[in-house]
Amino acid sequence: MYKAQFFLLIVLVLFSCKKMPKESTESKEVTITTLNYEQLKPLLHKKDDKTYVFNFWATWCMPCVKELPAFEKLNEKFKDKNVEVVLVSLDFLRQIESDLKPFIKEKKIQSKVLHFEDSNEQFWIRDIAENWSGSIPATLIYNAQKRKFYEQSFSYEELQNELQTFLN
Amino acid sequence: MLLVVASISAFTVNSSKGYKVGDEASDFKLKNIDDTMVSLADYKDAKGFIVVFTCNMCPYSKANENRLIALDKKYKKKGFPVIAINSNDSEVSKGDSFEAMKVRAKEKGFTFPYLFDEGQEVYPKYGATKTPHVFILNKKNDKLIVEYIGAIDDSSRDENNVKERFVENAVDALLKGEKPTKTDTRAIGCSIKDKRRR
Repeated sequence: MYKAQFFLLIVLVLFSCKKMPKESTESKEVTITTLNYEQLKPLLHKKDDKTYVFNFWATWCMPCVKELPAFEKLNEKFKDKNVEVVLVSLDFLRQIESDLKPFIKEKKIQSKVLHFEDSNEQFWIRDIAENWSGSIPATLIYNAQKRKFYEQSFSYEELQNELQTFLN
Repeated sequence: MLLVVASISAFTVNSSKGYKVGDEASDFKLKNIDDTMVSLADYKDAKGFIVVFTCNMCPYSKANENRLIALDKKYKKKGFPVIAINSNDSEVSKGDSFEAMKVRAKEKGFTFPYLFDEGQEVYPKYGATKTPHVFILNKKNDKLIVEYIGAIDDSSRDENNVKERFVENAVDALLKGEKPTKTDTRAIGCSIKDKRRR
């Protein structure tokens, strides 16, 4: 009995030791680039062979946080299929250190995260999508042939089905 | 797959519903934080209304609370009071319960009614999608005509950086008997929480 427990302890210690280096690289400092619209816009209009999924979100936006796992899963399953998921955070500037970076670290977000800050909302909301009233979550899916904007929340199934219409 | 596509397109159709500038808005009867029922028809002397969909929790709503109070103070006496409506489902957004609304209104010293859209029937009629979302109504032959839809001003996050006051400009124009020059503006906001949409 004791032997078994000891063995288990050894295994646990070994296991946690093994994980240590990996975790420490994962928890290395998160760096976030803040873009204005002039810098973001070219990323929303690439003409290469990839399909891009841009999700507009913020850590304070409850339905955004709720749907993030769907985007993470999409990124994981489709990254080898020429699909790139980009999470565009609309967190306030002062929240980058206090909320955004800890969130990315804690949730181990694997998709690319950008921070976007541009005061000229009157221009860029409409320029991203004429029919976007400005609510988040919102998602843009595009490739060289097709482009669609969604002012809504997604489940993984809905998101994957939408993405498929771009890949077929 | 088909079902999902159908439901997504149904949603898209839904979200494009709601009022456009020039439409006649309907009245409502909603519970205010002082436990009275409030309708726009109660305001016999009003020339119009600054109706704003807002809530307790959204940082964009919070960033605009002082501006709403200032708007109400300035325009209530001119005949355009602010009417605030919280349309969030408090089951989805716990901080938006009727009790929490009372607390928030007291904390901030709201000078305007803060109404609870309990059945979530008002916001889809108006086509409000987010908080804050402003609809300016102008009374014309006892009808309420939508004259402006959008943001409070051009700096939703930071009131110290406002250059253009959209709502003030629109109401000033209406008070002069003119049409607002800008009638459709955009700002980021928190989507209105409604579990029926999922």
